[in-house]
Amino acid sequence: MKIVSRVLHALLVPVLLVALWWALSAHSTSPFFPPLKDIMEAFRANWLFARVGSDVVPSLVRMLEGYALALVVGIGVGLPLGLVRGLRDAVEPAVEYLRALPVVALIPLFIVATGIGDLTKVLVIALGAVWPILLNTEDGAGSVEPELRSMALAYRLTPWQRIWHVVLPSALPQIFAGARTALAISFIVMVISEMLAATNGIGYFVLQSQSSFAITDMWSGIILLGILGYLFNLLFLAVQHRVLKWHAGYRASEEMGTR
Amino acid sequence: MTAVRRKALVLGSVTTLLLALLLEAVSRSGLVSRAVVPPASKVLVEFAHLLATSGFWTAVGETMAAWAAGLGISIVVAVPAGLLIGAVPAIYDWLRTTIEFFRPIPPVALLPLVILVLGANQSMKISLVVIATIWPLLFQMLYGVQDVDRVLQETSRSYRMSAIFRARHIVLPSTLPYLVTGVRIAATIALIVAISTELVSGAPGLGTAISLAQSSGAVVRSWAFIFTAGVLGLLINVVFRGLERRLLRWHPSRRAQEVS
Repeated sequence: MKIVSRVLHALLVPVLLVALWWALSAHSTSPFFPPLKDIMEAFRANWLFARVGSDVVPSLVRMLEGYALALVVGIGVGLPLGLVRGLRDAVEPAVEYLRALPVVALIPLFIVATGIGDLTKVLVIALGAVWPILLNTEDGAGSVEPELRSMALAYRLTPWQRIWHVVLPSALPQIFAGARTALAISFIVMVISEMLAATNGIGYFVLQSQSSFAITDMWSGIILLGILGYLFNLLFLAVQHRVLKWHAGYRASEEMGTR
Repeated sequence: MTAVRRKALVLGSVTTLLLALLLEAVSRSGLVSRAVVPPASKVLVEFAHLLATSGFWTAVGETMAAWAAGLGISIVVAVPAGLLIGAVPAIYDWLRTTIEFFRPIPPVALLPLVILVLGANQSMKISLVVIATIWPLLFQMLYGVQDVDRVLQETSRSYRMSAIFRARHIVLPSTLPYLVTGVRIAATIALIVAISTELVSGAPGLGTAISLAQSSGAVVRSWAFIFTAGVLGLLINVVFRGLERRLLRWHPSRRAQEVS
C-alpha cells in the first residue's frame, strides 16, 4: 500500500502535465506549439532510430571525449595544487580568471583555429568542464584530515602511496561533486558548440530544424535533449553510489536524504 | 594583511605576469598563427581603446541588463516558491519527481524555441536566463528549508510564534547561506547563458560583438571582447563572494571556516 502511494505521489504530477500538454495542444494551430501527437510522431521518425547513428552518436562521443579530457586534466592538475600550497598561491589569479571566462565566448575563435571539426568541440567542452573538477579536487586534496596525514607520515608511506591510499580516497566525494557539475556543463557546451559550428549532432539538428521551420522536428530534438540530460544525471548518480558506498560522510549525507 | 597572505599575493602576481609574457612570446615567435592568438599586449591595448568607445559600453550594457533582469526575476520567483514548497511537506512530496525531472534538462535545449517565439531580442535573452537560473536557486532554497533546526522549529511552535515571525526569524536566517550560495551560482550561469544566446541568435550584446569582430577578421578586437567577458565573470565572482562573506559573517558554518 505504501509503495502504491509513493508511486502515485511520484507520477501523478508529471502524468498530469503531459496529459494537459496533450489535451491543450491537440487542436493547436499555432505554428510554434504543434500538437504533442505530431511531436511524438516526429520523435519516433527521427530518433527511433533513423538519426541515432548520424546525429546522436557523434554528439555523445564529442561530449564524452571532452568530459574525459576534463576529468584527466582536472584531477591531474587539481591534486598537486591541493597538496602544494605555494603552487596554489602562484596560479590562483590565473585560475580565477580562466574559470570565470564564459567558455562559449571562445567558440567563434576556436572555429578559426581548429575548424568546425570534432577537435574544436572536444577542446571547448573540456575547457568548460575542467574547472569544477579542478577546484573540487584541489579543495578535497587540501583538506585531508590532519590526523590522517600525520599517520601516513608516521608510517613512512611513500608520496605515491600517500596520494593513492590517503589523499585520493578522502578527496573522492568532493571530486564526484565537481564531476557532476562538470557533466552538466559538458552537455550544455556540447549543444551550444553544435549550434554554432557543426555539420551534424543533436544541437545542429535542433537549430537547423528551427531555421527551416520544421517545428515538430525541432520539438522532437528538444525532448530528446531533455531525456538525455535526465538519463546522464541518473547514470552519474548510480556510478557515484557504487564508488562512494564505503565513504562514511557520503553514507551519512545519503541517510539524511540530501542527495 | 598577514605575511602569509602577502606572500601569496606576490607569488600570484609574479606567476600571472610570467604567464602573460609566455603568451606574448608564443604569439610573437609564430609558434601559433597570429591570426588566431594575437600577442597579449595587443589585446590589452585594444581593450583600452574599446573602453573609450560607446559601442563597447552598449554591448556590455545589453548583456548585463539581460543578466540582471533575468537573475532578478528568478530570485523573486524562486525564493517564495522555495519557502512555500519547503514549508508545506505535502507540496514537496507531490512535486518532487517533477522538479527532479526538470532540473537536469539543459536550458539551452529550449534556445531555438524561445528565439523562434520571441525573436532575437532582449526579452528572449531574459527568458532564457530565467529558465536557466531558476532551478539552481529553487534547489538551494529547498536544501536550506530542510536544514532548519528541528528543535528551533518546534520550540518556536510551542511558544506559538506566528508563521510570519517564524519565517522571518527562524526559517530565513537558516536558509540564508544556501540562498546566497544559490544566487552566486545563478549569477555565473546567467552570464554564460546571456552570452550564449547572443552568440546563437545574433541578439545585440557582448556575444554578438565577439562573433561580429571575428567574422570581419578583427581577431584582436574579438579577443579584447572575450577578455571583457572574462573580466565580467571575474567581477561577478568577486562581488558575490564578498557579499556572501559580509552577509554571513555571523553564521556558524562561516565562522568555523574562517578559523580553520
